[in-house]
Amino acid sequence: MTETILKIVVSGLLNGGIYALIAMGLSLQYGVAKVLNIAHGEFIMLGALITWTLYTGFGINPLLSLAISGPLLFVIGFVLHRTLFTSLKNRSPSPAALEGNSLLVAFGLMFIIQNIAILRWSALGKSYKYLDTVVWVAGTAFRVNRLVALAVAVGVGVTFYLFLTRSRPGKAIRAAAQDPGTAGLMGININRVLPLCFGLGAFLAGLAGLLISMCYTGSTPFMGLSNTVIALIVVVLGGLGSIPGSFIGGLILGLIGSIVSNWDTALVLVAFYAIFMILLLIRPVGIFGKK
Amino acid sequence: MDITRFIPTNRKLLLVGLLILIIFLTTFPLYSKEYYIRLMAIIFMYIVLAVSWAMFSGPTGYMSLAPAAFFGVGVYTAALLYQLKGPLLPLPAVIVVGSLASFMLAFLTGLVTLRLKGIYFAIFTFGLVVFLKELINYLEITVSKVGGRHISYVSNTTVFYILLGICVATLLTAYFIRRSRLGLAMQSIGGNEEAAAHMGVNTTRVKILTFAISAVFMGAAGATTAPRLVYVDPGLAFNVTYSFIPILMAVFGGMGTLYGPVIGAAVFAYTEIRLRQQYPYYYMLTWGIILIIIIFFLPAGLAGLIPKLRDRLGGPISKLWKGGKAEEHAHT
Amino acid sequence: MHILEGHGVTKLFGGLAAVSNVDFHVDQGEIVGQIGPNGAGKTTLFNLISAALPFSSGEIRFKGQKLNGLKPNQICQKGVARTFQQTKIFADMPVFQNVLVGAMFGTPTRISAADANREASQKLEFVGLSAMSATLVKDLTLVNQKRVEVARALATKPELLLLDELMAGLNPAEVSEAMELVRKIRDEGITIFMVEHVMKAIMGICGRVMVLHHGEKIAEGTPQEISCNKQVIEIYLGEEAHAGS
Repeated sequence: MTETILKIVVSGLLNGGIYALIAMGLSLQYGVAKVLNIAHGEFIMLGALITWTLYTGFGINPLLSLAISGPLLFVIGFVLHRTLFTSLKNRSPSPAALEGNSLLVAFGLMFIIQNIAILRWSALGKSYKYLDTVVWVAGTAFRVNRLVALAVAVGVGVTFYLFLTRSRPGKAIRAAAQDPGTAGLMGININRVLPLCFGLGAFLAGLAGLLISMCYTGSTPFMGLSNTVIALIVVVLGGLGSIPGSFIGGLILGLIGSIVSNWDTALVLVAFYAIFMILLLIRPVGIFGKK
Repeated sequence: MDITRFIPTNRKLLLVGLLILIIFLTTFPLYSKEYYIRLMAIIFMYIVLAVSWAMFSGPTGYMSLAPAAFFGVGVYTAALLYQLKGPLLPLPAVIVVGSLASFMLAFLTGLVTLRLKGIYFAIFTFGLVVFLKELINYLEITVSKVGGRHISYVSNTTVFYILLGICVATLLTAYFIRRSRLGLAMQSIGGNEEAAAHMGVNTTRVKILTFAISAVFMGAAGATTAPRLVYVDPGLAFNVTYSFIPILMAVFGGMGTLYGPVIGAAVFAYTEIRLRQQYPYYYMLTWGIILIIIIFFLPAGLAGLIPKLRDRLGGPISKLWKGGKAEEHAHT
Repeated sequence: MHILEGHGVTKLFGGLAAVSNVDFHVDQGEIVGQIGPNGAGKTTLFNLISAALPFSSGEIRFKGQKLNGLKPNQICQKGVARTFQQTKIFADMPVFQNVLVGAMFGTPTRISAADANREASQKLEFVGLSAMSATLVKDLTLVNQKRVEVARALATKPELLLLDELMAGLNPAEVSEAMELVRKIRDEGITIFMVEHVMKAIMGICGRVMVLHHGEKIAEGTPQEISCNKQVIEIYLGEEAHAGS
């Protein structure tokens, strides 16, 4: 009994940690850069597949490969925002138009990135084994890679959470998310902060993808979509625009997912969506959202 | 409203042209090869999807990412009710059921999300496709114990005529909504929702109603297309690409006008049938790039080029368009 | 019975009271003004009346009926119309269409297209914009955009019209024209409640003025009484008055 509970909790925290990273990334992009990046999942996918290539093709240890994939995805995100979304902001007549336009652009990006990935990696599932040995904790068997991934996910998540809530640049970012205009007046360079946050969001997605590829088999170019949907649900759960909320929301949803998964894995996404619907009915602003 | 009141002679010319087109299309299968019948049917399907998406998202500015969900509902209704091993209902009935199911889904979606800010609507409609896929997959595997279903055969010609009918219905509905109270209400919501509400528009009701109506046609198109797919499983039925394509077509053609999405649909359908089989990934990749280029440089789509052309060409063509437009503004 | 009255109207944003326990009333046929420094809560009060924002506490009655809990479109159909501080026009639509929206949907019973068209034309003529019927509103000057907003509000056949800083951004000639328009509206039998910073307008056309400051009503009376009120003078001139003494 304790074995099952322990497995559920660890699994929940692992997934939750990954969800938290993904959602914080998306929240950074929506909250600060004002782009609802529905292509977010594609960056996760890129993270996973790039890690696979670096490990199986070049023998680079997945955890170390972050030094390559991380900055790479950060730069891609930064450049995309600087070229596409900043330009959209200047062209859009109203915030509503900007939101609509950037949504469509992100949709286009999703298909572009996905198809590039299919061309590069083909549609077949990619897996690799790393740190696949089993350890025994409290009488329960765990794979090392999952424990390491959990540590990394939660570690990075907590660090980021603290960075946002305690440090000055972190607070500046949150200020920019709440009120870009005033933040600009307070001396925050909006033109640099927005693409920076977008790039940071891409980085977090890439890291999440790396961890996913480490723990789960069968990464394909199509894995992005369901991750984007989960990220969106977490962001709404935590509160649109609240990055700390995404962290907490991710952990909560991860644990719920783990419990549901114990009963039937195929129901996890259905359960998430059901929660999403209830959320929209009773408290759309989410846990930390303001009415 | 009295229709004849606002048709000047130039419009009557257009109507005659349309009539000729309808006659041509109705007799088309009698003298064409199967290949072209299939192509036209696909064009009709895409027109239905593009025009019905633009029907709601165009004037209101609420980006629905759900066409794939409604299309999929139609497809899967046919998969359940029109099976190879024995259809439960005749095809027209199946299509009606599929349309109603889509309507219900859209209505419920609207009830939940359209009373909130547009971003929630976008998020919910985006995830809806994935949700339905997972849900129906689960139900099929655990309850019905099937992986996929085979659908009964329907000839290309039958599909052609049904899709032609649905296409005409969609275009007529779109046309009359544009000129109606509902159309004006939607435009006001797109212009400034808060002001619209303050002028007496019941914004939530207007949005839900139009959204649900637009879904009807998507469901009908799905149910009609399903037999041509032959084999259907939840993954094939609920495919997010079918959300991308109508949006692409409508934005490319110009979502502010009625004929814009039609142009976009025709171009896409034609290029798809020629190119997508051979270069599926480059094909979609290119369209993704085109979508982004259009949003940046031609936000009004191809249809946005028409006024610019009009100014250059002058003469009878310009009078044809100008006459029509001035009437449109004076009478609603 | 007052046509519009509020008791204990309060609106809190977190801990901050934008409007604090305000009592007010407007009688049929009056032109009542609301003045006060920026952030005093004037537009918030309008937003509470028109249901753009929900109450924290208190109640507002229109012709004796409670407005609490109603939605903006319902309040409009009951006979309260408004314009907005930042013009909320339908920018990409022609002038006629903008006013037509008001005519079509502003009445509690369904109106025919022909009647709505007629109503819209009339209101456009009333504000002097008939010549620009087909122009897109985004191509108009600010003063004409404001005229469109007024015509649109009038097309909803209101008994009470809330004007939110109608004169803002207008030059002196335009202000005089606007004052004339407001008088014309009152002569049609419509009661007017207006927020203004332009003192010429307040002094010139308001029969009664109320002063808000930090969300509270601190003074009320005729324009003459208000202009002599020490507290009001202090708020507006602040340190200057003290520096002078």
